[in-house]
Amino acid sequence: MSKGIPHALNKVVEPFLIIVGSLSISMMLFGAFVAAAGANPFEVYQTMYRAAFGTSFSWQNTLIRAAPLMLTALCTALPGYLGLIIIGGEGAVVMGGLFAAIVALTMPNAPPMVVLTTMALAGMAAGAIWLAIGGALRHYRAVNETISSLLLNYIAIALLNHLVTSTFRDSESLNHPSTHHIGEANMIGLIPGTDLHWGLVFGIVACVLSWFLMHHTVFGFASQIAGGNVRAAQIAGLPVGRLILIVCCVAGAAGGLAGMVEVAAIHGRANDTLNANYGYAGILVAFVARNNPLAIIPVAVLLGGIRASSGLLQRAHELPDATVLVMQGIIFLVILFSETLYGRFSRMPKQGAV
Amino acid sequence: MSTSNKLTRRQLLTGTAAAGALGLWGGLPWPDRAWGADKVKMGFIFVGPRDDYGYNQAHFEGKSAVAKLDWVKAFDEEKVPETIEVQKTMESMVKLDGAQVLFPTSFGYFDPHILKVAPQFPNIQFLHCGGLYQEGKHPQNVGSYFGYIDESQYVAGIVAGGMSKSGKLGFVAAKPIPQVLRNINNYTLGARSIKPNTTVNVIFTGDWSLPVREAEATNSLVDQGIDVITCHVDSPKVVITTAEKRGIYCTGYHCNQSKLAPKGYLTGAEWNWAKVYMDYAELIRNRQPIPHLVRGGLKQGLVKVSEYHQIVPGAVRNQAEAAKAKFMSGSMVVYKGPIKDNTGRVVIAAGKEHVQTDIWLESMDWLVEGVVGSTKS
Amino acid sequence: MDVGWWGVLIAVLGGAIRIGTPFLFVSLGECLTEKSGRINLGLEGTLVMGAMTGYAVSLHSGSPWLGVLCAGLAGMTLGALHSWLCSFKRVNDIAVGIAMMLFGTGLAFFLGKPYIQPSAPRLPSIDLGAWSDIPQLQAALQINALFLIGIVVAVVLAWMLKHTAWGLKVRVVGESADAARALGLPVHRIRILSTAQGGFLAGIGGSYLSLYYPFNWSEGLSSGQGLMAVALVIFARWHPIGCLWVSLLWGGAAALGPSLQSVGITGGYYIFNAIPYIMTLAVMIITCSPKRTLVGVPHDLTVSR
Repeated sequence: MSKGIPHALNKVVEPFLIIVGSLSISMMLFGAFVAAAGANPFEVYQTMYRAAFGTSFSWQNTLIRAAPLMLTALCTALPGYLGLIIIGGEGAVVMGGLFAAIVALTMPNAPPMVVLTTMALAGMAAGAIWLAIGGALRHYRAVNETISSLLLNYIAIALLNHLVTSTFRDSESLNHPSTHHIGEANMIGLIPGTDLHWGLVFGIVACVLSWFLMHHTVFGFASQIAGGNVRAAQIAGLPVGRLILIVCCVAGAAGGLAGMVEVAAIHGRANDTLNANYGYAGILVAFVARNNPLAIIPVAVLLGGIRASSGLLQRAHELPDATVLVMQGIIFLVILFSETLYGRFSRMPKQGAV
Repeated sequence: MSTSNKLTRRQLLTGTAAAGALGLWGGLPWPDRAWGADKVKMGFIFVGPRDDYGYNQAHFEGKSAVAKLDWVKAFDEEKVPETIEVQKTMESMVKLDGAQVLFPTSFGYFDPHILKVAPQFPNIQFLHCGGLYQEGKHPQNVGSYFGYIDESQYVAGIVAGGMSKSGKLGFVAAKPIPQVLRNINNYTLGARSIKPNTTVNVIFTGDWSLPVREAEATNSLVDQGIDVITCHVDSPKVVITTAEKRGIYCTGYHCNQSKLAPKGYLTGAEWNWAKVYMDYAELIRNRQPIPHLVRGGLKQGLVKVSEYHQIVPGAVRNQAEAAKAKFMSGSMVVYKGPIKDNTGRVVIAAGKEHVQTDIWLESMDWLVEGVVGSTKS
Repeated sequence: MDVGWWGVLIAVLGGAIRIGTPFLFVSLGECLTEKSGRINLGLEGTLVMGAMTGYAVSLHSGSPWLGVLCAGLAGMTLGALHSWLCSFKRVNDIAVGIAMMLFGTGLAFFLGKPYIQPSAPRLPSIDLGAWSDIPQLQAALQINALFLIGIVVAVVLAWMLKHTAWGLKVRVVGESADAARALGLPVHRIRILSTAQGGFLAGIGGSYLSLYYPFNWSEGLSSGQGLMAVALVIFARWHPIGCLWVSLLWGGAAALGPSLQSVGITGGYYIFNAIPYIMTLAVMIITCSPKRTLVGVPHDLTVSR
């Protein structure tokens, strides 16, 4: 053992090496791709860095795009502990935003803090219920949760569109059918000293709390057991059904909160812009973060940065908008592939020590 | 919505429209950098792909026209959603590229996004496509422009009505919002001005770009016996090619699509954004005041009518040209009472008229008599 | 001829074939892939890539059928990439699928820019409705050879899976990779081949969209047909003939919304247009049960655990 790297250090060094290695490889692949398309890869990277992290504006641009992804990533990551693959974040965002706006409109005279708190609770409840449908169907009817959550996304979007163009439509929202405005006084402000709204704080806090819940509580431990082996969990007397429902509710609440933030911090109304694909982007963030809520934060920032750089890339290099899609595809393929490398580095020194 | 409410709003809007047309920039906030040495930097923002054979392409063609001027540096960004992303794009164009004029071209960019970003940059001009600017209510460095493309739709409606044998026309539309309803109504009124029994069947697809559903809507309409079709979706390509395949006539929208349907493309309603952007560029170069509201139709050259297909007979052409001439001279009033909606309610009483610039028309939520369809979703 | 309410029936019949054909190809592709024990959620990217490739090749070569072939080959490449990546330890096929979806659509949009404007030659259609003198029915029965090919593929695939050695191998690998290894079967190679063939079919499904119906290459062309393949396969109980019926059902359901509007049922079109999704969910809820396993399910599949 003396020649090997100490195990604890290895646990840190190995992921670090693997992630740095996969990022470098994907940057080489993407560099080759843009070079083939006729752009200078070094200039492209310089532009991307400038647009995503180069100035304080760029940082804020990146963080503001990362904020909803942290919340929607939890929609996939938390059920992942139970072995469920849920891709229904989009539906949770849409339902959360819709119901947050609706409850705000029922309380025109309440003080802003009350309105915002109620909105947050309503949005979280709506998202929780929507995502839990998938979990419940899985547990009680053995309906595949991946597919049901995907279908529920489409149904949620149809419901949103139907309701904001009929029952809840503000007749003054002429060319963009929306609900009534929740009122300027009820909008969430900015984090002092920045151009960032509070959604970022919600995202980080939600990720940290989720990590604590899943890794440092009995509930989280039970969920991990149930996720590892349902039969063992049942023999141990764990209430698997209840675990599934609670975890899905917590996950959906995060998505619903993202929808509420969209309404309360940006649009002031619920309309079709709630369907902005944050839910789908969150799936990828969760997978790349290997469902670890703490890892979600940096991965979301990375994705936010890539997305923030799209604009300048188009303007400075006349590359099409799809360039960053290709880049996301390459980076995530390489990172997902790198999963296979875990354990190889730690095994080598051990073998050497034998 | 109560009637009194509507009246107040109408009065308010008409008042501000008049003020807006006259309202010019006060002290011009142009940056005092050495003029001529530096190019004027213009940023264009599109909600969809630049080359969609439709809405965004029409704007991109306008942008390409100004970009050719040697004293302009124009850049653009495509597929920017109407979320916080467009706010960041605007800020980024100003902060990282030094844009002095921004043209966010999608309707949904205005409220809340432009309204939130513009006050932070009082020296930058935000010129929005949609005609939503209201004097006193919106920031001073915001302006808006829009074309009365419904005038072209009226002319296209005459051609469609004149060429239809069944007296049934079709309209594939995205959403029942005022801009779209106005096009449908003008198309119908145009057709009925020469053949009063013409009907127009409308199908709302629910969103701006849904190729399969647009094709399906076209097929359903053809099955119901319509023989001329048009549309108001982001990209008319699918509707036009499907109509050609089914062997019926069509009229285009946004751009000229005659290449897509050499047999059946009768005419079409087209934007001419190059004219708007060139005019703005000229004002900026001469450091002249920029009006808050720029609006216009055929007369001002903001919209066009595609060249008629050779199969359109002289008689129909003459009727279309006569209407066009009235638009060009400014004497045409499309919304002249009595006009009933398709539920039989009188919307515009006899003797009353709403001229093209009347803001009341921009809150249209009804379909004119002769349209088969409903604004309810 | 005035068909009135019959128009809805005609539209649903025609729509079943017109809209259903791409669903048929992607679901057959996904069915084969899943039979081998893999799930490919990236078929959306494959479909879009196929649509772009088909359109581009048809434009350059003047032959739409060559376009279809190349679309299939492009899809095959993406499918092979997916399954090659997944053949490494601990690489999750669903996650890779979602990344492939981004990669495929991104690549197609990136490379497809020059092809949005030009008009490529269209695939020809076959008149199966010539016997009828109702023009609407004639139009509804004007179909593309790809639909017939799709039926043949479904039948052949069903037969091969059941009656050939190759089919047996695929099914064994899908049932249990360990058992297959014990029998000495090359698990990875079989899965890579099945996923690549699945990608081939999905690519063809894409070329149907761009070269026949709605006949257009644009970035908004697909509205999730590839993503839905996964749902259709479960709906079809992993049976190729089932895929045929389910695709037709989906096509018909998707045609219902617009055709109802054309006869004057104007309200609630957002809900009508969501019918296919609601219907699929309802069927899954009714037919699934925790007390028994689904018939036909490959047990080594991530989604069937």
